[in-house]
Amino acid sequence: MNADRRKFIKQTGWTLLGSGILVSVSSFFPAAGRAMQKGSAHELYGFIVNTNRCIGCGKCVEACKTENHVPEEFFRTWVERYIITADDTVYVDSPHGAVHGFKDTEVKEKIEKSFFVPKLCNHCTEANCVQVCPVGATYTTKEGVVLVDEKHCVGCGYCVQACPYGARYIHPERRTADKCTWCYHRVKKGLMPACVVVCPVEARLFGNLKDPESRVARILREERIGVLKPETGNSPKTFYVGLDKEVR
Amino acid sequence: MLEAVTQGFLYPNEVEVLWSLLIVLYPYITGLVAGAFIVSSLYHVFGREELKPVARFALVAAFSFLLFACTPLLFHLGHPERAFNIMFTPKFTSAMSGFGYIYTFYLIIVALEIWFVFRPDMVRLARESIGLKKLFYSVLSLGVFDVSEKALHLDHKITTFLAAIGIPSACVLHGYVGFLFGSLKSNPWWSTPLMPVVFLMSAIVSGIAVLIVSYAIIMKLRGKTVDSGCMQSLCGYLWGFFIVDVTLELLELISMGYEGEESWAAISQLIGGRLQFSYVVLQFIVCSTIPMVMLGIVSLWKLKESTRNMLGIISSVLLLIQVLAMRWNVVIGGQLFSKSLRGFTSYMPQFFGREGLLVALILFAMPFVTMYIINRILPYWEKE
Ligand code: SF4
Ligand code: SF4
Repeated sequence: MNADRRKFIKQTGWTLLGSGILVSVSSFFPAAGRAMQKGSAHELYGFIVNTNRCIGCGKCVEACKTENHVPEEFFRTWVERYIITADDTVYVDSPHGAVHGFKDTEVKEKIEKSFFVPKLCNHCTEANCVQVCPVGATYTTKEGVVLVDEKHCVGCGYCVQACPYGARYIHPERRTADKCTWCYHRVKKGLMPACVVVCPVEARLFGNLKDPESRVARILREERIGVLKPETGNSPKTFYVGLDKEVR
Repeated sequence: MLEAVTQGFLYPNEVEVLWSLLIVLYPYITGLVAGAFIVSSLYHVFGREELKPVARFALVAAFSFLLFACTPLLFHLGHPERAFNIMFTPKFTSAMSGFGYIYTFYLIIVALEIWFVFRPDMVRLARESIGLKKLFYSVLSLGVFDVSEKALHLDHKITTFLAAIGIPSACVLHGYVGFLFGSLKSNPWWSTPLMPVVFLMSAIVSGIAVLIVSYAIIMKLRGKTVDSGCMQSLCGYLWGFFIVDVTLELLELISMGYEGEESWAAISQLIGGRLQFSYVVLQFIVCSTIPMVMLGIVSLWKLKESTRNMLGIISSVLLLIQVLAMRWNVVIGGQLFSKSLRGFTSYMPQFFGREGLLVALILFAMPFVTMYIINRILPYWEKE
């Protein structure tokens, strides 16, 4: 082998190795640009919760449990009640996820304001759960839905710890991670998620963010909205109208 | 399962603590590896002759702990039969995905080092024995019977080399376990860049401590006396590493409190409440202060040998508890408060059951059983 060739091969080798390392190292870090527009050209789902509308009836929780056979003691969605008194004390509860709604409050002080906040998986764009799953069992579909492959999940629970929102649990029978799927099985058939369908006051909306005519896209454009725990860098795709600062 | 006692508001999925006692045991056993390995390397690489009496034992101990370091995880996994997915379909954005590789790499290094260190013994035993036993030792020595001066010299070089890669690997392995927790930004009690270093330092402390205690017990059982220089030196190292360890642990706490982020309210309540005994009393007051003073005395004053040994052993036992408490406070403590920062849950391990106390005790006993078996096959105590 002549010297030039050897040099060339050597250099190529180093370059390949170098770029290999670079790529694998950079894939370790979450994407720097937090652009929401990932996913396929036409569909990127989003969810809007309007806390001004929710009446805390818990129908959504019940519908979710039935639709998705959610185990008794865990929740894919739940509703929290916030009661803020005149002296700024905050009371939060969600008895059994509010599957049976709420009883009258026992708070005796003068109540300044009170409201309900439905919670569910935020199907985050930079989902922490996807980042930490060691086997790639938690993944994002091209429509931006975060799902768990229960045939591949080893049940380590790392994702449960990593989700800042408490959206996940280990399914007691399947022994794999489980959480809200935005009713992916329904959505793929052109139906709405079960919770959206049963909500009597349209506090929950679901749709395609990429379709400018969709209700979710319009609300995102026109209303003032917030997301939960933006400081964690998860970039949720579940948006909240009328989010109070006390909600975490 | 005991009902959790909750206080305040928790997200409904948080009531049950997910990572149980076994996940406390996992970094604990892994940590013992690091410390034991460092002691053996102090002799093999850095030529600390005074550590010779425990050097081979330390190496075997590191290997035995390492063999069982993953078992608590396997018992905890929802699907242990899929455990190898971590190596076959790793997802490199996950801090956990590298564990299989780092672990295997390190296991190979330690196994190789043991083989080289014990090779002359294997050859001798193969020569001295007959029949099946001879065959066994011959197989163990992989048919390499050359124990000439030259060959041994080469062995020694290779051992030094292996130990030299072993040290950074041990640090990576254990720093890495800390990173598993430290990198979870969802949890303010875990998410600190100091976590890997704290884990590493406490690992070394626990490893040295376990050697001191086992060495003392084994010598007692064998009716021999503890080597004075060795004990003195081990206590010195223990003291040094512990000073760094406890300083880091305190720094971590102080900066959390001083920065006073939103989460501090919940964390300070946790420390003053559900973790008060295991964190404040056990980890700091009892199991840090006493060994710190005792080891200081041992290192700085010339004491009667028996007094020195006594103080060294008591300190080591306390430090073993200290590190266990630290693991508990990190792993369990981090799950006792809600990520809503508005409430707390509780955890009490069961006795029976897949993740209960009994399983934990058995798993923890296994490395010691292994050491015993290895000693039957390849006696690692120097003959007087
Ligand atoms: S809310 Fe939690 S489970 Fe859902 S995508 Fe975000 S990090 Fe993952
Ligand atoms: S529990 Fe399953 S989905 Fe979650 S991180 Fe572990 S392997 Fe991935």
